[in-house]
Amino acid sequence: MGLTFNSTGNNASKTELIINKKSDKDKIIAVAGNPNVGKSTLFNALTGMHQHTGNWPGKTVTNAQGYCKTKSFSYVLVDIPGTYSLLAHSPEEEVARNFICFGKPDAIVVVCDATCLERNLNLVLQTLEISKKVIVCVNLLDEAKRKGIEIDLEALSKKLGVPVVGTVARNKKSLNSLLKSLDNIDNSERNVYSVRYPDIIEQAINIIEPVIKKKANNKLNSRWLSLQLLEPDASLLFEIEKYLGADFLSDKEITKATQNAKDFLYKEGVRAGRIKDMITSATVISAENISKGIIKARSNGYNKTDRKIDKILTSRLFGYPVMILLLALVFWITITGANYISECLSALFGTVENYLRSFLTTLDTPIWIKSLIVDGIYRVPAWVISVMLPPMAIFFPLFTLLEDAGYLPRVAFNLDKPFKRCRSCGKQALTMCMGFGCNAAGVVGCRIIDSPRERMLGIITNSLVPCNGRFPAIISIISMFFITLGAKFSDIISALILTAVILLGVFMTFASTKLLSHTVLKGMPSSYTLEMPPYRRPQLGQVLVRSIFDRTLFVLGRSVTVAIPAGIIIWLMANITVSDKTLLAYGAEILDPIAKPLGLDGVILIAFILGFPANEIVVPIILMAYLQNGSLTELSSLSAMKEVLVANGWNTLTAVNTVIFFLFHWPCSTTVLTVKKETGSTKWALFSAAFPTAIGVMLCLITTLIYRVMN
Amino acid sequence: MKTLNDLETGERALIYKISTNGSMRQRFLDIGLIENTVVECVCKSPSGDPKAFLIRGAVIAIRSEDCRDIFIKEAN
Repeated sequence: MGLTFNSTGNNASKTELIINKKSDKDKIIAVAGNPNVGKSTLFNALTGMHQHTGNWPGKTVTNAQGYCKTKSFSYVLVDIPGTYSLLAHSPEEEVARNFICFGKPDAIVVVCDATCLERNLNLVLQTLEISKKVIVCVNLLDEAKRKGIEIDLEALSKKLGVPVVGTVARNKKSLNSLLKSLDNIDNSERNVYSVRYPDIIEQAINIIEPVIKKKANNKLNSRWLSLQLLEPDASLLFEIEKYLGADFLSDKEITKATQNAKDFLYKEGVRAGRIKDMITSATVISAENISKGIIKARSNGYNKTDRKIDKILTSRLFGYPVMILLLALVFWITITGANYISECLSALFGTVENYLRSFLTTLDTPIWIKSLIVDGIYRVPAWVISVMLPPMAIFFPLFTLLEDAGYLPRVAFNLDKPFKRCRSCGKQALTMCMGFGCNAAGVVGCRIIDSPRERMLGIITNSLVPCNGRFPAIISIISMFFITLGAKFSDIISALILTAVILLGVFMTFASTKLLSHTVLKGMPSSYTLEMPPYRRPQLGQVLVRSIFDRTLFVLGRSVTVAIPAGIIIWLMANITVSDKTLLAYGAEILDPIAKPLGLDGVILIAFILGFPANEIVVPIILMAYLQNGSLTELSSLSAMKEVLVANGWNTLTAVNTVIFFLFHWPCSTTVLTVKKETGSTKWALFSAAFPTAIGVMLCLITTLIYRVMN
Repeated sequence: MKTLNDLETGERALIYKISTNGSMRQRFLDIGLIENTVVECVCKSPSGDPKAFLIRGAVIAIRSEDCRDIFIKEAN
């Protein structure tokens, strides 16, 4: 038997969940379910939302857990990635399966979507084969009711032999029955439904099961394990060995019984590769039979309204325009709103800065230390927060809103073909859009892409679209150099130029995906299915909390940790002078010969390098260097800023190339770190930084050449 | 023999056979695409591929090259 499973360190860590109990008495509850069943919403409602971090479009990260208490017990709830079945074929599904099978949870809650219960029952039936301590939670009852679907929960509970509770995740009261069932999980006698397989399979199981029962010491359900051994997959065997001991599967009696069962099936005409078919089909048919009489539906879950909306949102005529309009609207709200909040925040930070300065003065701090603390350690992170927080705090909720309403899967649907042409898949469209908000978030979002190769494509190309941190700089350069400030239609023209810049980024994403697919990440697009959930009324509170806590603060936290050391370095460079010149000026001088052929200058290049923690501080560093200030500088008006830039040799070419370089250079430190975390590889992290830089350098060389030839 | 690709928007059919193997086959089975399952094509993406199908109450998009492997017969 081919029992080896090649597990790299990275793979292994990805398929395991690490549980932190608060006390030994805590009971571990696995919360499982199909994708898109409102599992995370339910999870958040149970655990108090703030405890749950790391939810990204459609997927749950590997170790989301929260705590919840009832009068009798305290629980650790583990949010398991959404999966259709326990016969895993993607990393997330492996995580789910491994935890349910080997994580020794005290109970498993299987969350089901009431609007499509029959399909969800597959997972329930598979789970029941592994554990009897299962609670079926039929969620989204309100959606189902709206669609004319009625479910007889009591009858379902009788048929399945386990507690069935109905919930409406947005209504906390409806969760009480779930908690009650959890508290009573140990007390109830169960006669649990078990899927009846075709006779030959049952006979084959009977050949193995007695031996397994003897050897496995009740650590795993023997019927389930026997079934798995009929047509094993390598990764499952690896986990079984890890769980039951390395010599379990090589045990003579077990190998013999397994071989006998397989021989028997072969003799009966069941060919290898068809056993899983028979198993899955039996489960599907069981689910169908159970549903009969339990689900009363006037229509199915996908109703007329959904159909109508889909007809428009995916139509040849409106599909793309609606998508672009919505994205533009999101940008517009983000940029306009962020400007205002940013101003307030920076005013606030300015006041605090003054207090800090006078406080340090009263302490008789030496001037240089005072300046290091205020202008370096304090100002840089404060700057990063005041420019980074507002756009993210607006963009992410809007994005999550579209996600919650069910629109994003339609975007993936609409854009699948173009991405497939580049040998990737439509889900990359979502991570790309997410990248507009924040590339680090976009990189994490790539977890929704199933194929590892396509996920890598999504990760590497993510920074080719400008994030919120780069928009303001790009916009101000456009306003300063490409339009006449204050002239008629200047807003519209600058919006058009901005659109062109964005489209260039999108174009490069496609081109690079294709290029990478033919070179370093060779391969064909993988097959995939994409579920398009019914449209739902978004839950504003949830959306806000999830996007602010899970996305915004996560990204902000990572940036601020880098911004503090960067603040010190920037301050040192701008304030240490050797023979009348600052280190910054020396650095700019050294970089000048490299920058000139690119149509930039040394100051711009060193600003991009020092701006590694956050692109938002690139322009302030440029101004700081030109004006020979000792700290990050902002000018009150664009025209004042333009004057400074022009006085330092900026022309149209410099402006064009700075915009290009803003669009294509190494991603910020947060993103690079995130790439390293997601891929588990320093090599890919470095590549993700080098690749866009190469594009930027090449484009700048070309524009400079054209400019020189024309003049 | 007709495949899912031949199903136009609004049309229904029964699954006859899935001819692909490996993880894609398992995925199809997991979402409930077994013999005699009713499928209905509900919409197409703007470029015509992928198409979305109503399968056991859920809407699932499948690409044309995968649809090619799913054979259908007429629904009565």
